Amino acid sequence: MKIVMAIIKPFKLEEVRDALTGIGVHGLTVTEVKGYGRQKGHTEIYRGAEYAVNFLPKLKIEVAVATDQVKKVIGAITGAAKTGQIGDGKIFVYSIDQAVRIRTGETDADAL
Amino acid sequence: MTKNNWLRVGIPAFIAAMLAAGPALADPTINKGDTTWMMTATVLVLCMTIPGLALFYGGLVRSKNMLSMLLQVFYTECIVLLIWVLYGYSLTFTGDSFLGASFNPFFGGFSKAFMAGIAPDTPAATFTVGAAIPEGVYVMFQMTFAAITAALILGSMAERTKFSAIVLFMPLWITFVYFPIAHMVWYWSGPDAIDAAAKALAAATDPAAKAKAQAALDAVLADGGYLYLAGAIDFAGGSVVHINSGIAGFVGCLIVGKRIGFGRDVMAPHSLTMSYIGACLLWFGWFGFNAGSNLEAAGGAVVAFLNTFIATAACAMSWMFVEWIVKGKPTVLGAISGAVAGLVAVTPASGFAGSMGSLVLGLVAGVVCFFFCTTVKNIFKYDDALDVFGVHCIGGIIGALGTGILVNPALGGTGIFDYVANKVADYDMTAQMIAQGKDVIITLLYSGIVSAILWKIVDIIVGLRPSADKEREGLDVSDHGERAYNM
Repeated sequence: MKIVMAIIKPFKLEEVRDALTGIGVHGLTVTEVKGYGRQKGHTEIYRGAEYAVNFLPKLKIEVAVATDQVKKVIGAITGAAKTGQIGDGKIFVYSIDQAVRIRTGETDADAL
Repeated sequence: MTKNNWLRVGIPAFIAAMLAAGPALADPTINKGDTTWMMTATVLVLCMTIPGLALFYGGLVRSKNMLSMLLQVFYTECIVLLIWVLYGYSLTFTGDSFLGASFNPFFGGFSKAFMAGIAPDTPAATFTVGAAIPEGVYVMFQMTFAAITAALILGSMAERTKFSAIVLFMPLWITFVYFPIAHMVWYWSGPDAIDAAAKALAAATDPAAKAKAQAALDAVLADGGYLYLAGAIDFAGGSVVHINSGIAGFVGCLIVGKRIGFGRDVMAPHSLTMSYIGACLLWFGWFGFNAGSNLEAAGGAVVAFLNTFIATAACAMSWMFVEWIVKGKPTVLGAISGAVAGLVAVTPASGFAGSMGSLVLGLVAGVVCFFFCTTVKNIFKYDDALDVFGVHCIGGIIGALGTGILVNPALGGTGIFDYVANKVADYDMTAQMIAQGKDVIITLLYSGIVSAILWKIVDIIVGLRPSADKEREGLDVSDHGERAYNM
């Protein structure tokens, strides 16, 4: 089992969700986050005060899937979240030791 | 008697009575229209402060200090209101100084303290001979001016001044700074007293009676505040309200020191939406402030009303376009700051300047105030958190000096009415500008020095600043134990 975690542009969320639903992934966790990469920030000016805003708003999405599905999920996210501009985001994949569905007590693959 | 009969008898009888009274009708009469307008204007000024200014300032601070801003403004309104009816009105608008006659030009006495002698039908003078408003409405109208002036100071001190320090400072400041300055600029014997004395002089025949009448007229003309007697004109409070609060805030921000993280941390406004609402409420209420200062619902009020539209729009546009050119983007904060700066600048001029004069005044104020809030502040790095100095003090100075120029009838101004000659006086630019300059300098010096002393006294007694931890946590939680937004 793996978690595919992706940082994406906020306005791409619906497209990414549709793409994941399209390949049979039902379940997604979304968090509002801030950060920076190559895109860097921008400058905001309030009367005389200029502030470099280094941390830009992004969405972090997390999908838990079986290991054999990882490639498909990455493909779906990449396809949907890409604009070709700097700041499209990144995808990270890491392993899960255990999964439990709270309602039924099912574990691991059954719980996904 | 039926209604018709009453009318038939009543109207001719009334007219006959009026004609019989004729020129001997000396007591000024109270007009219901003027009274209604002044009550309306009073709540408009209240609307400037407790929702308007509070939201304008509140939106500009970080979310952790929102409630502290709201309560500081609300507290100031309430405490000043109470002090006003206890002794403030009396100290400001009576001529008999409690320290003796030589202090009469600087502050009044306690003859009207606790609202003594102010009955429902007690008349207060306007700017027209024979026209009065109930003194009660004059008390309330001026009360709202005292409150907003004190509340304006809060912007300079925002985000790092303890509530207890504000609680102590406001009664002291209003007593030792606002009342004397308002008295110096606005206290005078009124048109009816001058007119009656002038008529008595004209009616006097033998030399002894003439000399006596002249002495009486001189006494009436000498009964006024120091800056009023110097010839300074300030229609709705350029020096009394804006220079006064602006410099008091400026010395305060130097004494309290910079906010932790000033120049390093992001201190962006937490809600420009609220600041926008606040600024628009300020503009809305300012019609009461400026047009109400005419004290009558008449042409003079309309002049002030129109100028309050023109200068404000001109200044907002001036600031926004200059900012667009200089900084690259037109901003909401720039446009609304410009609107407030325009309102400030037109305040002393509103009843004196012509329409085109106000337009020019607004354009000039937009550029100069923008320059002070951006360039000058950045060069000297003082932490006037919400730009009370750059907008109110500088805008007030531009307005006070501009009024001296724009009152000129040749520039479309109204001129200054001479109640002795019963006509508009000849305009003398040099004399008027000297009087306006004196008004500006004395307000800056008096308010600057006394306010600095008062901030120091408060610092010694309760301390101005919270601990660094409390300041970082935010004044909402550390001073008030509540949060503006629980989401």
